[in-house]
Amino acid sequence: MQSESEGVPFRPYAPGTQPPYDASAYGSTHKRHPQENPVRLPHTITETTGPRFSTAHFPPIPDLSVVDGKSALGERIIVRGRITDENSRPIPNTIVEIWQANASGRYQHPGDQHDAPIDPNFHGEGRVFTDDDGWYLFTSIKPGAYPWRNHHNAWRPNHIHFSFFGSGFAARLITQMYFPGDPLLELDPIFLSIPDKAARNRLVCALDMNVTEPEWALGYRFDVVLRGREATPMEA
Amino acid sequence: MPSATSSQTIGPFWHLIEHPEWADLTRFGAAGARVTLTGSVVDGDGNPVTDAAVELWQADPPADEHFPGFGRCRTDQRGEFRFTTVKPGPVPGRGNAQQAPHFAITLHARGLLKGLVTRGYFDAEPLNETDPLLSSIEDPLRRATLLARPQGTNRWRIDIRLQRGAHGETETVFLDI
Repeated sequence: MQSESEGVPFRPYAPGTQPPYDASAYGSTHKRHPQENPVRLPHTITETTGPRFSTAHFPPIPDLSVVDGKSALGERIIVRGRITDENSRPIPNTIVEIWQANASGRYQHPGDQHDAPIDPNFHGEGRVFTDDDGWYLFTSIKPGAYPWRNHHNAWRPNHIHFSFFGSGFAARLITQMYFPGDPLLELDPIFLSIPDKAARNRLVCALDMNVTEPEWALGYRFDVVLRGREATPMEA
Repeated sequence: MPSATSSQTIGPFWHLIEHPEWADLTRFGAAGARVTLTGSVVDGDGNPVTDAAVELWQADPPADEHFPGFGRCRTDQRGEFRFTTVKPGPVPGRGNAQQAPHFAITLHARGLLKGLVTRGYFDAEPLNETDPLLSSIEDPLRRATLLARPQGTNRWRIDIRLQRGAHGETETVFLDI
């Protein structure tokens, strides 16, 4: 069953909240950013509708910290948050994709040649769904920092990758969650590519003792806002 | 009211969430004739982009339990991707307009701090002449970047260039949605 708002266009992004394609401090953008101006496309059914993922076809993977009953090395964490839209409405039953490096800062990926150990008990992929009120939760290991070759002595801050779909194609969001107090954030061209300081700081999760489980795992809170739809006369 | 959360790059290691079967949108038993959409992604030097996530969405036929309407495919070492799906039909546009059959295509990759959105239409489809987006692009070379070419029965191909080349090679039309 499709919601009544499905045909309603999404609002433009707030100025300064989204990074540019051309970000000179991030070397991989140099040959990959378009030079022509994008063509503005008023939203049609293609942009206002989007995929739905069922747990039957896309089974959840809510715990990255255990493989075959064996625990991964590192600091166990729980990440919990709420997904809402810009109209402060929860996004229920939506898929959240997660991937990250292990505690040593190594991805289980053939392209990652960083000389740090692979952990066979760490599952680098997670997948969870929000509940009826937009809340999600997963268990993992705090990812390690790792070097990358963007510039001399470049290190990525600790981060977890997230992918969200929301209620329509134009609300698609891929982002990264960072950890509070990480001194690498102020040196990271990817984090710093977001012009608005308040907007980029919203990518930093917060330690949350209500999410923390005593004697088990530290808890972090990471809330996400997806694009909201334009107000319609019926909603005014 | 809060603004939408900021985007960050998908990075080079997104394959941890890759499931190759997602590139086959017919895998849940969709009805209708199969079509394949293949293509490549190259950068401003014409070099293949070998670490991209290509995402495909189509509003028609409507998604249901047998047809997700959405697929994802990695680019390989030659920068190539390949989807199997069902050919979309025309869909309504804004006002009384009708849109020619098309795919929505999004690229995510290292070096893209946010997704790049484009479309794939079908070359020689009569409705292309009146499609609002296609007819709004005056430069025929640029408009042509949005057209998949036939490669035989039910096989289509679209090649995507992220950036204009040093010798004027045409950049794909990307959309501000």
